[in-house]
Amino acid sequence: METITAREDGVLIAKASGRVDGANAREFQNNLEQAIESDDKIVILNLRELSYISSAGLRVILLVAKSLQSRNTDFAICELQESILEVFQISGFDQIIPVHASESEAIASFNG
Amino acid sequence: MPEPYKILVVDDEPDLEPLVRQRMRRQVRSGRYTFVFAQNGVEALERMRDEEGDIDMVLSDINMPRMDGLTLLEQIPSVDPNVRSVIVSAYGDMKNIRTAMNRGAFDFVTKPIDFEDLQITIERTLRHMEEWRDALISRDKLVALQNELEVASKIQQSILPTEFPKSADYEIYASMHPAREVAGDFYDVVRLANGKVGLAIADVSDKGVPSALFMMSSRTLLKGTAVGVGSPSEVLAEVNDMLCEGNETVTFVTVLYAEYNPANGKFTYSNGGHTMPVVIHEDGTSSLLPPTRGVALGVMPGLEYQQKTVTLTPGDMVILYTDGVSEAMNVDNEEFGVERLCKIFADSPPSSAAEANQRVFDAVSEFAGEAPQSDDVACLTLHHRG
Repeated sequence: METITAREDGVLIAKASGRVDGANAREFQNNLEQAIESDDKIVILNLRELSYISSAGLRVILLVAKSLQSRNTDFAICELQESILEVFQISGFDQIIPVHASESEAIASFNG
Repeated sequence: MPEPYKILVVDDEPDLEPLVRQRMRRQVRSGRYTFVFAQNGVEALERMRDEEGDIDMVLSDINMPRMDGLTLLEQIPSVDPNVRSVIVSAYGDMKNIRTAMNRGAFDFVTKPIDFEDLQITIERTLRHMEEWRDALISRDKLVALQNELEVASKIQQSILPTEFPKSADYEIYASMHPAREVAGDFYDVVRLANGKVGLAIADVSDKGVPSALFMMSSRTLLKGTAVGVGSPSEVLAEVNDMLCEGNETVTFVTVLYAEYNPANGKFTYSNGGHTMPVVIHEDGTSSLLPPTRGVALGVMPGLEYQQKTVTLTPGDMVILYTDGVSEAMNVDNEEFGVERLCKIFADSPPSSAAEANQRVFDAVSEFAGEAPQSDDVACLTLHHRG
Protein backbone atom coordinates (compact mmCIF):
# COMPACT_ATOMS: atom_id res chain seq x y z
CA MET A 1 0.00 0.00 0.00
CA GLU A 2 1.22 3.45 -0.91
CA THR A 3 -0.41 6.85 -0.62
CA ILE A 4 0.68 9.77 -2.82
CA THR A 5 -0.86 13.20 -2.46
CA ALA A 6 -0.85 16.38 -4.55
CA ARG A 7 -2.55 19.72 -4.00
CA GLU A 8 -3.87 22.26 -6.48
CA ASP A 9 -6.17 25.25 -5.89
CA GLY A 10 -7.38 24.02 -2.50
CA VAL A 11 -8.09 20.52 -3.88
CA LEU A 12 -6.17 17.66 -2.32
CA ILE A 13 -5.86 14.56 -4.47
CA ALA A 14 -4.76 11.44 -2.59
CA LYS A 15 -3.92 8.32 -4.59
CA ALA A 16 -3.88 4.99 -2.78
CA SER A 17 -2.39 1.92 -4.42
CA GLY A 18 -1.91 -1.78 -3.67
CA ARG A 19 -3.81 -3.53 -0.88
CA VAL A 20 -5.30 -2.05 2.27
CA ASP A 21 -6.05 -4.60 4.96
CA GLY A 22 -5.99 -4.98 8.74
CA ALA A 23 -2.20 -5.04 8.75
CA ASN A 24 -1.69 -1.62 7.15
CA ALA A 25 -5.01 0.14 7.77
CA ARG A 26 -3.47 2.21 10.57
CA GLU A 27 -0.66 3.34 8.27
CA PHE A 28 -3.24 4.21 5.59
CA GLN A 29 -5.15 6.29 8.15
CA ASN A 30 -2.00 8.13 9.29
CA ASN A 31 -0.99 8.85 5.69
CA LEU A 32 -4.37 10.39 4.89
CA GLU A 33 -4.66 12.33 8.15
CA GLN A 34 -1.17 13.77 7.78
CA ALA A 35 -1.79 14.77 4.18
CA ILE A 36 -5.06 16.60 4.83
CA GLU A 37 -4.69 20.23 5.93
CA SER A 38 -7.28 22.37 7.62
CA ASP A 39 -7.63 24.78 4.69
CA ASP A 40 -8.26 22.06 2.10
CA LYS A 41 -11.68 22.71 0.58
CA ILE A 42 -12.04 19.50 -1.39
CA VAL A 43 -10.43 16.10 -0.80
CA ILE A 44 -10.55 13.46 -3.54
CA LEU A 45 -9.34 9.93 -2.94
CA ASN A 46 -8.35 8.30 -6.22
CA LEU A 47 -8.47 4.50 -5.92
CA ARG A 48 -7.45 3.60 -9.48
CA GLU A 49 -4.36 1.67 -8.32
CA LEU A 50 -6.07 0.05 -5.33
CA SER A 51 -6.52 -3.68 -5.89
CA TYR A 52 -7.96 -4.79 -2.55
CA ILE A 53 -9.60 -3.23 0.48
CA SER A 54 -10.70 -5.05 3.62
CA SER A 55 -13.30 -3.86 6.11
CA ALA A 56 -10.49 -2.34 8.17
CA GLY A 57 -9.61 -0.19 5.15
CA LEU A 58 -13.26 0.76 4.58
CA ARG A 59 -13.39 1.89 8.18
CA VAL A 60 -10.46 4.27 7.56
CA ILE A 61 -12.22 5.83 4.56
CA LEU A 62 -15.37 6.26 6.68
CA LEU A 63 -13.35 7.87 9.47
CA VAL A 64 -11.81 10.32 7.02
CA ALA A 65 -15.22 11.05 5.45
CA LYS A 66 -16.72 11.73 8.88
CA SER A 67 -13.92 13.98 10.05
CA LEU A 68 -14.02 15.97 6.77
CA GLN A 69 -17.79 16.29 7.00
CA SER A 70 -17.52 17.73 10.50
CA ARG A 71 -15.36 20.55 9.19
CA ASN A 72 -17.38 21.10 6.00
CA THR A 73 -14.74 19.81 3.61
CA ASP A 74 -16.08 18.07 0.50
CA PHE A 75 -14.95 14.48 0.06
CA ALA A 76 -15.35 11.96 -2.74
CA ILE A 77 -13.70 8.83 -4.06
CA CYS A 78 -13.11 8.09 -7.73
CA GLU A 79 -11.84 5.63 -10.35
CA LEU A 80 -12.72 2.50 -8.38
CA GLN A 81 -11.76 -0.83 -9.91
CA GLU A 82 -14.65 -3.23 -10.48
CA SER A 83 -13.93 -5.34 -7.36
CA ILE A 84 -13.50 -2.28 -5.13
CA LEU A 85 -16.70 -0.72 -6.45
CA GLU A 86 -18.46 -3.97 -5.59
CA VAL A 87 -17.18 -3.76 -2.00
CA PHE A 88 -18.57 -0.23 -1.70
CA GLN A 89 -21.90 -1.31 -3.21
CA ILE A 90 -22.34 -4.38 -1.01
CA SER A 91 -21.48 -2.50 2.19
CA GLY A 92 -23.78 0.33 1.07
CA PHE A 93 -21.04 2.90 1.57
CA ASP A 94 -21.55 4.19 -1.99
CA GLN A 95 -24.76 5.66 -0.54
CA ILE A 96 -22.80 7.62 2.06
CA ILE A 97 -19.64 8.60 0.19
CA PRO A 98 -19.90 10.12 -3.31
CA VAL A 99 -18.33 7.81 -5.92
CA HIS A 100 -17.21 9.27 -9.25
CA ALA A 101 -15.66 7.99 -12.47
CA SER A 102 -12.85 10.54 -12.56
CA GLU A 103 -11.12 13.25 -10.54
CA SER A 104 -12.51 16.01 -12.76
CA GLU A 105 -16.03 14.66 -12.44
CA ALA A 106 -15.67 14.57 -8.66
CA ILE A 107 -14.33 18.13 -8.50
CA ALA A 108 -17.03 19.35 -10.87
CA SER A 109 -19.72 17.83 -8.65
CA PHE A 110 -18.61 20.09 -5.80
CA ASN A 111 -18.04 23.22 -7.85
CA GLY A 112 -21.24 22.93 -9.83
CA MET B 1 16.81 4.60 45.41
CA PRO B 2 17.15 1.18 43.79
CA GLU B 3 18.82 -1.68 45.63
CA PRO B 4 22.55 -1.99 44.89
CA TYR B 5 23.51 -4.71 42.42
CA LYS B 6 24.92 -7.69 44.30
CA ILE B 7 28.06 -9.09 42.70
CA LEU B 8 29.56 -12.41 43.79
CA VAL B 9 33.36 -12.48 43.40
CA VAL B 10 34.86 -15.98 43.36
CA ASP B 11 38.65 -16.34 43.74
CA ASP B 12 40.99 -18.40 45.96
CA GLU B 13 43.41 -15.50 46.11
CA PRO B 14 42.87 -13.89 49.56
CA ASP B 15 44.30 -10.54 48.44
CA LEU B 16 41.53 -9.98 45.90
CA GLU B 17 38.79 -9.11 48.39
CA PRO B 18 40.53 -6.04 49.93
CA LEU B 19 41.67 -4.98 46.46
CA VAL B 20 38.15 -5.07 45.02
CA ARG B 21 36.75 -3.27 48.08
CA GLN B 22 39.41 -0.61 47.74
CA ARG B 23 39.17 -0.06 43.96
CA MET B 24 35.38 -0.20 43.87
CA ARG B 25 34.84 1.80 47.04
CA ARG B 26 33.12 4.69 45.24
CA GLN B 27 30.56 2.42 43.59
CA VAL B 28 29.97 0.68 46.92
CA ARG B 29 29.62 3.94 48.83
CA SER B 30 27.22 5.38 46.23
CA GLY B 31 25.03 2.30 46.61
CA ARG B 32 25.55 1.05 43.05
CA TYR B 33 27.26 -2.27 43.94
CA THR B 34 27.59 -4.49 46.91
CA PHE B 35 30.06 -7.41 46.92
CA VAL B 36 29.89 -10.94 48.27
CA PHE B 37 32.99 -13.14 48.22
CA ALA B 38 33.66 -16.87 47.87
CA GLN B 39 36.92 -18.83 47.70
CA ASN B 40 35.90 -21.51 45.20
CA GLY B 41 33.00 -22.90 43.16
CA VAL B 42 31.46 -24.91 45.96
CA GLU B 43 31.39 -21.93 48.27
CA ALA B 44 30.05 -19.73 45.44
CA LEU B 45 27.06 -22.03 44.90
CA GLU B 46 26.42 -22.04 48.67
CA ARG B 47 26.46 -18.22 48.70
CA MET B 48 24.04 -18.13 45.81
CA ARG B 49 21.67 -20.46 47.61
CA ASP B 50 21.99 -18.38 50.82
CA GLU B 51 21.21 -15.20 48.92
CA GLU B 52 18.10 -16.79 47.34
CA GLY B 53 18.26 -15.17 43.92
CA ASP B 54 19.64 -11.84 45.15
CA ILE B 55 22.94 -12.24 43.27
CA ASP B 56 22.86 -10.26 40.03
CA MET B 57 26.19 -11.31 38.57
CA VAL B 58 29.15 -13.59 39.22
CA LEU B 59 32.78 -12.66 38.60
CA SER B 60 34.85 -15.83 38.81
CA ASP B 61 38.45 -16.97 38.50
CA ILE B 62 39.07 -20.20 36.57
CA ASN B 63 41.68 -22.14 38.57
CA MET B 64 40.48 -22.82 42.11
CA PRO B 65 40.54 -25.78 44.52
CA ARG B 66 37.43 -27.94 45.19
CA MET B 67 35.51 -26.59 42.18
CA ASP B 68 37.03 -24.57 39.37
CA GLY B 69 35.39 -21.68 37.51
CA LEU B 70 34.48 -23.70 34.41
CA THR B 71 32.60 -26.28 36.48
CA LEU B 72 30.95 -23.48 38.43
CA LEU B 73 29.67 -22.03 35.14
CA GLU B 74 27.93 -25.32 34.41
CA GLN B 75 26.33 -25.39 37.86
CA ILE B 76 25.09 -21.80 38.11
CA PRO B 77 21.96 -22.18 35.94
CA SER B 78 20.60 -24.91 38.22
CA VAL B 79 20.74 -22.47 41.14
CA ASP B 80 19.68 -19.30 39.30
CA PRO B 81 19.25 -19.33 35.51
CA ASN B 82 19.05 -15.54 35.32
CA VAL B 83 22.46 -14.74 36.78
CA ARG B 84 25.12 -13.48 34.35
CA SER B 85 28.75 -14.56 34.77
CA VAL B 86 32.04 -12.93 33.84
CA ILE B 87 35.22 -15.03 33.88
CA VAL B 88 38.69 -13.83 34.95
CA SER B 89 41.39 -15.64 32.99
CA ALA B 90 45.09 -15.47 32.35
CA TYR B 91 45.98 -13.15 29.49
CA GLY B 92 45.86 -15.00 26.16
CA ASP B 93 44.34 -18.19 27.60
CA MET B 94 42.00 -18.55 24.63
CA LYS B 95 41.27 -22.21 25.26
CA ASN B 96 39.73 -21.61 28.69
CA ILE B 97 38.05 -18.41 27.58
CA ARG B 98 36.38 -20.25 24.72
CA THR B 99 35.27 -23.05 27.01
CA ALA B 100 33.87 -20.50 29.46
CA MET B 101 31.93 -18.69 26.74
CA ASN B 102 30.58 -22.01 25.47
CA ARG B 103 29.37 -22.73 28.98
CA GLY B 104 27.38 -19.54 29.09
CA ALA B 105 29.80 -16.90 30.43
CA PHE B 106 28.59 -13.49 29.32
CA ASP B 107 32.06 -11.94 29.06
CA PHE B 108 35.64 -12.23 30.34
CA VAL B 109 38.41 -10.02 31.74
CA THR B 110 42.09 -10.90 31.87
CA LYS B 111 44.69 -10.80 34.61
CA PRO B 112 46.16 -8.63 35.89
CA ILE B 113 42.76 -7.04 36.40
CA ASP B 114 42.41 -3.56 34.97
CA PHE B 115 39.72 -2.16 37.28
CA GLU B 116 38.57 0.49 34.85
CA ASP B 117 38.00 -2.20 32.23
CA LEU B 118 36.35 -4.41 34.85
CA GLN B 119 33.90 -1.69 35.74
CA ILE B 120 32.91 -1.21 32.09
CA THR B 121 32.42 -4.98 31.78
CA ILE B 122 30.32 -5.09 34.96
CA GLU B 123 28.11 -2.25 33.74
CA ARG B 124 27.60 -3.90 30.37
CA THR B 125 26.76 -7.20 32.05
CA LEU B 126 24.28 -5.57 34.41
CA ARG B 127 22.63 -3.70 31.55
CA HIS B 128 22.25 -6.94 29.63
CA MET B 129 20.79 -8.60 32.71
CA GLU B 130 18.24 -5.79 33.15
CA GLU B 131 17.15 -6.14 29.55
CA TRP B 132 16.84 -9.87 30.04
CA ARG B 133 14.69 -9.36 33.12
CA ASP B 134 12.47 -6.87 31.28
CA ALA B 135 12.08 -9.39 28.49
CA LEU B 136 11.04 -12.01 31.03
CA ILE B 137 8.45 -9.64 32.51
CA SER B 138 7.10 -8.85 29.02
CA ARG B 139 6.92 -12.55 28.29
CA ASP B 140 4.95 -13.17 31.49
CA LYS B 141 2.57 -10.35 30.62
CA LEU B 142 2.14 -11.78 27.15
CA VAL B 143 1.34 -15.20 28.58
CA ALA B 144 -1.23 -13.59 30.92
CA LEU B 145 -2.76 -11.71 28.00
CA GLN B 146 -2.85 -14.89 25.95
CA ASN B 147 -4.68 -16.64 28.79
CA GLU B 148 -7.22 -13.82 28.95
CA LEU B 149 -7.77 -14.05 25.20
CA GLU B 150 -8.44 -17.76 25.51
CA VAL B 151 -11.08 -17.06 28.15
CA ALA B 152 -12.57 -14.31 25.96
CA SER B 153 -12.63 -16.75 23.06
CA LYS B 154 -14.56 -19.30 25.14
CA ILE B 155 -17.02 -16.64 26.33
CA GLN B 156 -17.58 -15.57 22.75
CA GLN B 157 -18.01 -19.07 21.36
CA SER B 158 -20.39 -19.90 24.20
CA ILE B 159 -22.85 -17.14 23.25
CA LEU B 160 -23.12 -18.43 19.69
CA PRO B 161 -25.90 -21.00 19.65
CA THR B 162 -24.92 -24.61 19.00
CA GLU B 163 -28.42 -26.06 19.47
CA PHE B 164 -30.89 -24.94 16.86
CA PRO B 165 -34.69 -24.97 16.75
CA LYS B 166 -36.16 -27.49 14.32
CA SER B 167 -39.41 -29.15 13.38
CA ALA B 168 -40.73 -31.45 10.68
CA ASP B 169 -40.76 -28.35 8.42
CA TYR B 170 -37.19 -27.16 8.81
CA GLU B 171 -33.77 -27.53 10.36
CA ILE B 172 -30.88 -25.12 10.91
CA TYR B 173 -27.16 -25.43 11.39
CA ALA B 174 -24.48 -22.77 11.88
CA SER B 175 -20.85 -22.40 12.94
CA MET B 176 -18.08 -19.82 13.08
CA HIS B 177 -14.31 -20.22 12.82
CA PRO B 178 -12.38 -17.19 14.12
CA ALA B 179 -9.15 -16.14 12.37
CA ARG B 180 -7.67 -15.17 15.73
CA GLU B 181 -8.65 -15.98 19.31
CA VAL B 182 -11.70 -13.75 19.18
CA ALA B 183 -13.81 -12.79 16.22
CA GLY B 184 -16.07 -10.13 14.76
CA ASP B 185 -18.28 -12.59 12.85
CA PHE B 186 -21.41 -13.97 14.44
CA TYR B 187 -24.72 -15.60 13.74
CA ASP B 188 -27.89 -15.98 15.72
CA VAL B 189 -31.11 -17.93 15.60
CA VAL B 190 -34.08 -16.52 17.53
CA ARG B 191 -37.54 -17.98 18.06
CA LEU B 192 -40.18 -15.37 17.26
CA ALA B 193 -43.92 -15.25 17.82
CA ASN B 194 -46.28 -17.42 15.72
CA GLY B 195 -43.70 -20.15 15.10
CA LYS B 196 -41.49 -17.85 13.02
CA VAL B 197 -37.72 -17.92 13.31
CA GLY B 198 -35.29 -14.99 13.13
CA LEU B 199 -31.97 -15.72 11.42
CA ALA B 200 -28.97 -13.40 11.46
CA ILE B 201 -25.45 -13.43 10.11
CA ALA B 202 -23.09 -10.56 10.72
CA ASP B 203 -19.54 -9.37 10.30
CA VAL B 204 -17.93 -6.58 12.32
CA SER B 205 -15.27 -4.51 10.52
CA ASP B 206 -11.67 -5.64 10.99
CA LYS B 207 -11.02 -8.50 13.43
CA GLY B 208 -9.52 -9.33 16.80
CA VAL B 209 -10.35 -7.76 20.15
CA PRO B 210 -11.85 -4.40 19.03
CA SER B 211 -14.29 -6.08 16.69
CA ALA B 212 -15.07 -8.80 19.25
CA LEU B 213 -16.19 -6.13 21.73
CA PHE B 214 -18.41 -4.52 19.10
CA MET B 215 -19.69 -7.94 18.09
CA MET B 216 -20.90 -8.63 21.64
CA SER B 217 -23.00 -5.47 21.80
CA SER B 218 -24.27 -5.86 18.21
CA ARG B 219 -25.42 -9.37 18.89
CA THR B 220 -27.25 -8.39 22.09
CA LEU B 221 -28.98 -5.41 20.45
CA LEU B 222 -29.95 -7.47 17.44
CA LYS B 223 -31.41 -10.28 19.50
CA GLY B 224 -33.30 -7.91 21.79
CA THR B 225 -34.69 -5.96 18.87
CA ALA B 226 -35.61 -9.03 16.83
CA VAL B 227 -38.01 -10.36 19.45
CA GLY B 228 -39.51 -6.92 20.15
CA VAL B 229 -39.78 -5.01 16.88
CA GLY B 230 -41.63 -5.97 13.72
CA SER B 231 -40.19 -6.66 10.29
CA PRO B 232 -36.52 -7.26 9.38
CA SER B 233 -36.09 -3.79 7.86
CA GLU B 234 -37.41 -2.20 11.06
CA VAL B 235 -35.10 -4.38 13.14
CA LEU B 236 -32.02 -3.24 11.18
CA ALA B 237 -33.05 0.44 11.28
CA GLU B 238 -33.48 0.31 15.03
CA VAL B 239 -30.25 -1.60 15.72
CA ASN B 240 -28.39 0.79 13.41
CA ASP B 241 -29.60 3.82 15.37
CA MET B 242 -28.56 2.23 18.66
CA LEU B 243 -25.11 1.23 17.37
CA CYS B 244 -24.48 4.72 16.02
CA GLU B 245 -24.82 6.24 19.48
CA GLY B 246 -21.35 7.07 20.77
CA ASN B 247 -19.62 4.98 18.11
CA GLU B 248 -16.54 7.18 17.92
CA THR B 249 -14.25 4.53 16.47
CA VAL B 250 -16.63 4.18 13.48
CA THR B 251 -16.62 0.45 13.83
CA PHE B 252 -19.41 -1.00 11.71
CA VAL B 253 -21.17 -4.30 11.29
CA THR B 254 -22.70 -5.78 8.16
CA VAL B 255 -25.84 -7.76 8.96
CA LEU B 256 -28.25 -9.89 7.03
CA TYR B 257 -31.36 -10.47 9.08
CA ALA B 258 -34.27 -12.64 7.96
CA GLU B 259 -37.59 -13.76 9.31
CA TYR B 260 -38.57 -17.24 8.24
CA ASN B 261 -42.03 -18.73 8.46
CA PRO B 262 -41.80 -22.54 8.42
CA ALA B 263 -45.55 -22.87 7.81
CA ASN B 264 -45.52 -21.32 4.33
CA GLY B 265 -41.82 -21.05 3.43
CA LYS B 266 -41.91 -17.25 3.37
CA PHE B 267 -38.46 -15.82 3.89
CA THR B 268 -38.37 -12.05 4.48
CA TYR B 269 -34.94 -10.48 4.63
CA SER B 270 -33.24 -7.16 4.99
CA ASN B 271 -29.60 -6.44 4.30
CA GLY B 272 -27.29 -3.96 5.98
CA GLY B 273 -24.18 -4.05 3.81
CA HIS B 274 -23.77 -7.83 3.90
CA THR B 275 -23.15 -10.40 1.15
CA MET B 276 -26.38 -11.86 -0.23
CA PRO B 277 -27.29 -15.42 0.79
CA VAL B 278 -27.29 -18.26 -1.70
CA VAL B 279 -30.20 -20.67 -2.16
CA ILE B 280 -29.32 -24.26 -3.04
CA HIS B 281 -32.28 -26.09 -4.54
CA GLU B 282 -33.09 -29.75 -4.10
CA ASP B 283 -31.59 -30.68 -7.49
CA GLY B 284 -28.25 -28.97 -6.70
CA THR B 285 -28.89 -25.86 -8.78
CA SER B 286 -28.54 -22.57 -7.01
CA SER B 287 -29.64 -18.95 -7.08
CA LEU B 288 -28.85 -15.73 -5.26
CA LEU B 289 -31.55 -13.98 -3.28
CA PRO B 290 -32.64 -10.79 -5.04
CA PRO B 291 -30.48 -8.02 -3.57
CA THR B 292 -31.78 -5.30 -1.27
CA ARG B 293 -29.96 -2.04 -0.66
CA GLY B 294 -28.79 -1.05 2.80
CA VAL B 295 -25.78 0.44 4.53
CA ALA B 296 -23.68 -1.42 7.09
CA LEU B 297 -24.85 -0.71 10.65
CA GLY B 298 -23.16 1.74 13.00
CA VAL B 299 -22.08 4.31 10.42
CA MET B 300 -24.93 6.81 10.13
CA PRO B 301 -28.14 7.07 12.16
CA GLY B 302 -31.60 7.49 10.70
CA LEU B 303 -31.09 5.19 7.70
CA GLU B 304 -33.83 3.09 6.21
CA TYR B 305 -33.46 -0.50 5.08
CA GLN B 306 -35.23 -2.29 2.24
CA GLN B 307 -36.70 -5.72 2.66
CA LYS B 308 -37.88 -8.40 0.27
CA THR B 309 -39.76 -11.66 0.62
CA VAL B 310 -39.20 -14.89 -1.29
CA THR B 311 -41.15 -18.11 -0.92
CA LEU B 312 -38.88 -21.07 -0.47
CA THR B 313 -39.59 -24.32 -2.32
CA PRO B 314 -39.56 -27.46 -0.17
CA GLY B 315 -36.01 -28.85 -0.20
CA ASP B 316 -34.39 -25.41 -0.56
CA MET B 317 -31.40 -24.61 1.58
CA VAL B 318 -30.57 -20.97 2.25
CA ILE B 319 -26.90 -20.40 3.02
CA LEU B 320 -26.06 -17.23 4.92
CA TYR B 321 -22.34 -16.56 5.14
CA THR B 322 -19.75 -13.90 5.86
CA ASP B 323 -17.07 -12.67 3.47
CA GLY B 324 -14.61 -15.03 5.20
CA VAL B 325 -16.22 -17.54 2.78
CA SER B 326 -16.53 -15.51 -0.42
CA GLU B 327 -13.25 -13.61 0.02
CA ALA B 328 -11.14 -16.52 1.26
CA MET B 329 -7.83 -16.33 -0.60
CA ASN B 330 -5.61 -19.08 -1.93
CA VAL B 331 -1.82 -18.83 -2.24
CA ASP B 332 -2.22 -17.15 -5.67
CA ASN B 333 -4.34 -14.36 -4.10
CA GLU B 334 -7.46 -15.57 -5.88
CA GLU B 335 -10.80 -15.20 -4.13
CA PHE B 336 -13.08 -18.14 -3.42
CA GLY B 337 -16.03 -16.15 -4.74
CA VAL B 338 -19.77 -16.77 -4.82
CA GLU B 339 -19.60 -18.89 -7.97
CA ARG B 340 -17.42 -21.51 -6.30
CA LEU B 341 -19.77 -21.45 -3.33
CA CYS B 342 -22.72 -22.26 -5.59
CA LYS B 343 -20.81 -25.00 -7.42
CA ILE B 344 -20.01 -26.95 -4.25
CA PHE B 345 -23.40 -28.63 -4.39
CA ALA B 346 -23.95 -28.83 -8.15
CA ASP B 347 -23.20 -32.56 -8.45
CA SER B 348 -24.40 -33.80 -5.08
CA PRO B 349 -26.99 -31.72 -3.26
CA PRO B 350 -26.66 -31.77 0.55
CA SER B 351 -29.11 -33.82 2.57
CA SER B 352 -28.99 -31.78 5.77
CA ALA B 353 -28.19 -28.27 6.94
CA ALA B 354 -25.25 -29.56 8.97
CA GLU B 355 -23.82 -31.31 5.91
CA ALA B 356 -24.23 -28.21 3.73
CA ASN B 357 -22.55 -26.08 6.36
CA GLN B 358 -19.64 -28.48 6.78
CA ARG B 359 -19.11 -28.76 3.03
CA VAL B 360 -18.85 -24.98 2.76
CA PHE B 361 -16.11 -24.92 5.41
CA ASP B 362 -14.35 -27.88 3.78
CA ALA B 363 -14.45 -26.29 0.32
CA VAL B 364 -13.07 -22.99 1.63
CA SER B 365 -10.33 -24.73 3.55
CA GLU B 366 -9.38 -26.89 0.54
CA PHE B 367 -9.34 -23.83 -1.73
CA ALA B 368 -7.21 -21.78 0.67
CA GLY B 369 -4.67 -24.63 0.91
CA GLU B 370 -1.47 -23.40 2.51
CA ALA B 371 -2.67 -19.77 2.62
CA PRO B 372 -3.33 -18.70 6.22
CA GLN B 373 -6.92 -17.99 7.27
CA SER B 374 -7.00 -14.21 7.15
CA ASP B 375 -10.58 -13.56 8.20
CA ASP B 376 -13.25 -14.97 10.48
CA VAL B 377 -15.56 -17.40 8.70
CA ALA B 378 -19.21 -17.89 9.63
CA CYS B 379 -21.93 -19.83 7.87
CA LEU B 380 -25.58 -20.53 8.68
CA THR B 381 -27.76 -22.93 6.70
CA LEU B 382 -31.55 -23.09 6.81
CA HIS B 383 -33.10 -26.23 5.33
CA HIS B 384 -36.75 -25.67 4.41
CA ARG B 385 -38.25 -29.14 4.19
CA GLY B 386 -41.75 -27.76 3.66
